[in-house]
Amino acid sequence: MDVVIGQLFTGLSLGSILLLAALGLSLTFGQMGVINMAHGEFIMAGCYTTFVVQKVISSAGVSLFVSLLIGFLVGGVLGAALEMGLIRWMYDRPLDTLLVTFGVGLVLQQLARDIFGAPAKNVLAPSWLSGGVDIMGAVVPKTRIFILVLAVVAVTVLAVVLKTTPLGRRIRAVVQNRGLAETSGVSSRFTDISTFFIGSGLAGVAGVALTLIGSTSPTIGQSYLIDAFLVVVIGGLGQIKGTVIAAFALGLLNSFIEYSTTASIAKVIVFAAIVIFLQVRPQGLFTVRTRSLA
Amino acid sequence: MPESRAARRHPARLTKALVAPTALALAGLLLTACGAKDDASTGSTAASCVDTSKNSIKVGSLHSLSGTMAISEVTVANSTKLAVDQINAAGGVMGKKIELVLEDGASDPKTFAEKAEKLISSDCVAAVFGGWTSSSRKAMKPKFESLNSLLYYPVQYEGLEDSKNIFYTGATTNQQIIPALDYLKQKGVTSLYLVGSDYVFPQTANREIKAYAAANGIEIKGEDYTPLGSTDFSTIINKVRSAKAGAVFNTLNGDSNVAFFREYTNAGLKAAEMPVVSVSIAEEEVAGIGAQNVAGQLTAWNYYQTVDSPVNKKFVSDYKAAFGADKPTSDPMEAAYASVFLWKNTVEKAKSFAVADIQAAADGVSFEAPEGLVTIDGSNHHITKTARIGEIRPDGLIYTVWDSGKAVVPDPYLKSYDWAKGLK
Repeated sequence: MDVVIGQLFTGLSLGSILLLAALGLSLTFGQMGVINMAHGEFIMAGCYTTFVVQKVISSAGVSLFVSLLIGFLVGGVLGAALEMGLIRWMYDRPLDTLLVTFGVGLVLQQLARDIFGAPAKNVLAPSWLSGGVDIMGAVVPKTRIFILVLAVVAVTVLAVVLKTTPLGRRIRAVVQNRGLAETSGVSSRFTDISTFFIGSGLAGVAGVALTLIGSTSPTIGQSYLIDAFLVVVIGGLGQIKGTVIAAFALGLLNSFIEYSTTASIAKVIVFAAIVIFLQVRPQGLFTVRTRSLA
Repeated sequence: MPESRAARRHPARLTKALVAPTALALAGLLLTACGAKDDASTGSTAASCVDTSKNSIKVGSLHSLSGTMAISEVTVANSTKLAVDQINAAGGVMGKKIELVLEDGASDPKTFAEKAEKLISSDCVAAVFGGWTSSSRKAMKPKFESLNSLLYYPVQYEGLEDSKNIFYTGATTNQQIIPALDYLKQKGVTSLYLVGSDYVFPQTANREIKAYAAANGIEIKGEDYTPLGSTDFSTIINKVRSAKAGAVFNTLNGDSNVAFFREYTNAGLKAAEMPVVSVSIAEEEVAGIGAQNVAGQLTAWNYYQTVDSPVNKKFVSDYKAAFGADKPTSDPMEAAYASVFLWKNTVEKAKSFAVADIQAAADGVSFEAPEGLVTIDGSNHHITKTARIGEIRPDGLIYTVWDSGKAVVPDPYLKSYDWAKGLK
């Protein structure tokens, strides 16, 4: 029994990490259709932000929460700068955004290497996050629970922003029908920048969370980028709901297969399952309903 | 009515989006294939271009200065540089100053092979000091053999290999893993759980461990591998927990160790109940993991910063003076340091920089290294080394809890062990 509970929580926590990494992408890739290969490096920026903040604020607990805020801003500013500097000229050329942002990602990686050095940096987790909680015989690390809660909070805030605020309505309007939204007086430029700011800011938050699990190195973002893209594609473009379900489904599938096989085999089986799934439903779990498609 | 952006985007845009990475990957494959063909055609034209007419002699340093292995390899490259600087300060090798050519293997075996070829063929170095992962060594080996040059490889590895073009200055299995198994057995451990990175060294090392276990009545409770650089260990930790083994044998490499040990501690597993024996984490990695997460765990190496000898005290203080007072020294760094001196001593014995002369002169060349006296075994190009089991303490340093007393003769093919018959 404790094995099932343990794997359930492992799956949920893996899912929550995937979700944090993919949430920002579901805005920039899913909703705007921009393939941002530098998203992983925005995650890395969040990691290094945590490292720098901890140098300034020595209390690990305080610095974690300050990092979450600053990590969001750092990621957001990088994303907005990328949008204003490069992406705005290539909204109709997704292949070009792929190459350009890939290049930007490499530049950011080298920048991190030059500033912080190639060896990985270690961020201390606050003492109240060390150890685990006993849940029905399975020990679940507190860091994992924190990340799960963080993912839930991030999704909730994002959903509320998109559903209820004027900015959220503008983002949805531009995504569904840019021409009509512009005609109705919505500034699509401002909306594009805001969407990028929020999406990349969420990558920064993901980065802060990742420092609780492993070490921070210039290439950390790359290991999460592909998984994040998969989650968004499986979830269905432009769907926060789909992203959430896909992230947790992948996390649980992976953890249960891994328990009975090995990490490498589990990855192969999960990838195979994704390929088959996309054959059956190329549009992903959900698709956005727009007037023009109706 | 004109199509809206959104309509164009789904799903046609997605298809386009997926075409691009596939095309890139295919292009990459084609390029690699073409590259491989070129290698084969130029490989046979091996002619030494080492220039011995100048006042200096070039040698190469080839380590991962970037990527997942950088955490470990940057320090080794530093240590090589320290040895070169010291030799130069003392007058060089046969009156020539050593000129170090630095290259970055970028944690990628293919890059290691390319850079090795560059160092040998276009930089014309007399020898190369480099590599950490077995995959990088395996990738470089054919280059050094076909271009007939010398590689000094400073890291412990899985054994079952020898090459007249490689000097193995790290431990082979009978100088590290087998002493560790003997130590565990003597401590009464009757079952093991094997965790490793998914590549050459852990896979081969674990085959040897399983053969040892079968012959010594030790039960293997499980065996798991994760991709290099992986940071998700919760499932493996859950498996280890429920397996309740006597000890965990850890052959993870690089950054993965940080995530593994954090998860291990957070899941409530303790060194006192289920110790982890690691063969690839040293002082530098301990700092990265956080000493509080690994305190009490065991390591098997030939050298620790705390080794008590005058030679080592000087090595540690020289290294700290050159690279920072907070920088620890470690086993592969010590082996890399000794490598340069072993090369120098061999060159001076051979009175030549030529590969054939060095190979002929190598047997019996020794150096008083920080770990103790090391001597090259000319029959297999490995060196004698002292085996040490260490315990990681909360100060981040590793202290010897057992050592072999004298330098252990290398046995890369484990010929002296009955249980190892049939291993390849």
